[in-house]
Amino acid sequence: MKFFLKKFLDLIPTLLGISLICFFMIRLIPGDPVLNLVGERGVDPVRYLEMKKALGLDLPIIEQFWHFLKNAFHGNLGTSIVSNNSVWFEFMERFPATIELSLVALFFATLIGIPLGIYAAIKRNSFFDYFLMSSSLIGYSMPIFWWGLILILIFSVKLGLTPVSGRIDLTFDIPLFSGLYLIDTLQSAVLKADGLKPFWSAIKHLILPATALGTIPLAVIARMTRSSMLEVLGEDYIRTARAKGMSKTRIIYIHALRNALVPIVTTLALLFGSIITGAILTETIFSWPGIGKWIVQSITSRDYPVIQGGVLIISFIIIMTNIIVDVIYYFLNPKMRN
Amino acid sequence: MSENLLDIKDLNIFFKSDKNPEPIHAVRDLSFSLKQGEMLGVVGESGSGKSITNLALMGILGDGAIVKARECSFNGRELLSLKEREWQKVRGGEIAMIFQDPMTALNPFLTVEFQIVETILAHLNISKSEAKNKAIELLLQVGITSPKDRLKSYPFELSGGMAQRVMIAMAISTGPKLLIADEPTTALDVTIQKQILTLIKSLQEKNNMSVILVTHDLGVVSEFSERVQVMYAGELVETGNTSDLIKNPHHPYTFGLLSSRPGAVERLAKTPLASIAGIVPAFHQRPVGCQFNPRCVHVQEDCKKGSIPIERGVRCLHPMMEALS
Repeated sequence: MKFFLKKFLDLIPTLLGISLICFFMIRLIPGDPVLNLVGERGVDPVRYLEMKKALGLDLPIIEQFWHFLKNAFHGNLGTSIVSNNSVWFEFMERFPATIELSLVALFFATLIGIPLGIYAAIKRNSFFDYFLMSSSLIGYSMPIFWWGLILILIFSVKLGLTPVSGRIDLTFDIPLFSGLYLIDTLQSAVLKADGLKPFWSAIKHLILPATALGTIPLAVIARMTRSSMLEVLGEDYIRTARAKGMSKTRIIYIHALRNALVPIVTTLALLFGSIITGAILTETIFSWPGIGKWIVQSITSRDYPVIQGGVLIISFIIIMTNIIVDVIYYFLNPKMRN
Repeated sequence: MSENLLDIKDLNIFFKSDKNPEPIHAVRDLSFSLKQGEMLGVVGESGSGKSITNLALMGILGDGAIVKARECSFNGRELLSLKEREWQKVRGGEIAMIFQDPMTALNPFLTVEFQIVETILAHLNISKSEAKNKAIELLLQVGITSPKDRLKSYPFELSGGMAQRVMIAMAISTGPKLLIADEPTTALDVTIQKQILTLIKSLQEKNNMSVILVTHDLGVVSEFSERVQVMYAGELVETGNTSDLIKNPHHPYTFGLLSSRPGAVERLAKTPLASIAGIVPAFHQRPVGCQFNPRCVHVQEDCKKGSIPIERGVRCLHPMMEALS
């Protein structure tokens, strides 16, 4: 219990640091949210100052930061300059899309990556092993925006198999329940109206962005599983298991895999951070209406509250995942329980 | 047919290596036998091939190893021609093994109960609850108090000595005919060593089990095993009845080992302990002739060519005749 309390206390300075850096960084970029709002032709100076005052941007920068912190602490992340909606509302509107994309990407990366890694470890130095390791290196090195465009080019443009952008065909009317279309399209009302068509449409829309986003995690997970598995297979207790007459399958799945999973779980957590960053690129390329696209748009329009608030929420989520991983770790590794 | 439980004739073990085109010859022409219920001590420095021989007897040397022998029969069966499934029955069932470091030899993620019970279930045709009761019984037998609580423990919650007792309980759980104990006390405190060895000895007598006790401690061997064989650089250099061999070593290497023991020979206070100069030659740079010749104080010209046969239990052209005292 103390362990988790400490983890939570660590959260505060981290979040403070992140908001500090983010707050000042965005103000270092040339550009002015007010000018962005009124357009290039400009506005008369009196009106300009009025608008600045209304947004609180006329105050000294330290004071602005203080206001931001104070409000954030009260749970108020501010209002978007562009849309006049609250940052929290805007975030919640888009977050399910990102979660859906990230989870599907991570799910398939794990589902494919772990067995591939195990197999490569068992067939060490075989053709399959070399093939897998070199292709994972390629997968790891491919820039997401390039890979995403190539996927669109092949599967959408040339083969016409998948849609180019969006989350679902606009012809379907999906009442929002969880915000995850893979779930919402299975609601009885939707099933009655259109059958499984919306569901398939959602899947079709997901395939390419999830592939683009999941490629790097897949490569990392496969490599990590392989090396972790090889390390465990060299341990003394694996020799003991063999000396006890255990079958190869039992040794791999009962005696080795669980132990090898510990570093993989950590990797998954670290990957979650990189998936969110990857989502920013992927969502922009595939016009996926999630928080990645949202943040990029808000940077372009210098929507300070959205950037600050959005980054703060994203960091909070990433830190929370790390804490959750510690919890999983706790249950995986008996040593932690003492 | 012989009445021996284990009969090894001309066992050779090679390792394929990436660096050398020729496989490394790790164990050469090793022959020995073991009767039912007998304890054999195997002594030698690191790199002498003791552990490799044991792993070969269990068939768990790994992919890079080539094992050849004229005969390698256990309980009337030829081990080297076994298929993987048959091996799995032998391992843990008929031949069990305990290792040097009990703390790393037990799986840190599985409870003691899980590890013992799975061994029993793999070899004996009994139910899970019967296996659990048997596990409790076994833990009592190896001297673990409150065995029910200990079953729930994870290996890191045990002390080294207790972990080794668990290993022993696990090894004897299936009633094996042969127990291979590979330096079972090296990683343990000196105070625990004797308890563990006494335990192994008593189990050997009670279950009429054969034991191969590997150690680098001649003192241990002299106390516990009737017969001993000394290995050096992958070869058997001397073998015989333990008390005879200790009183009257014929091979200069055995002599060296014996005189390196504290108190073995009289020496002045504060003079360094006797030791054998040099180290065991690496696998890929073994000398021609007697393997011990670069370190031997009695070396002669004919020791440096050809292979040396083993005669009357000694692989030496100029065996030593005088007693150690």
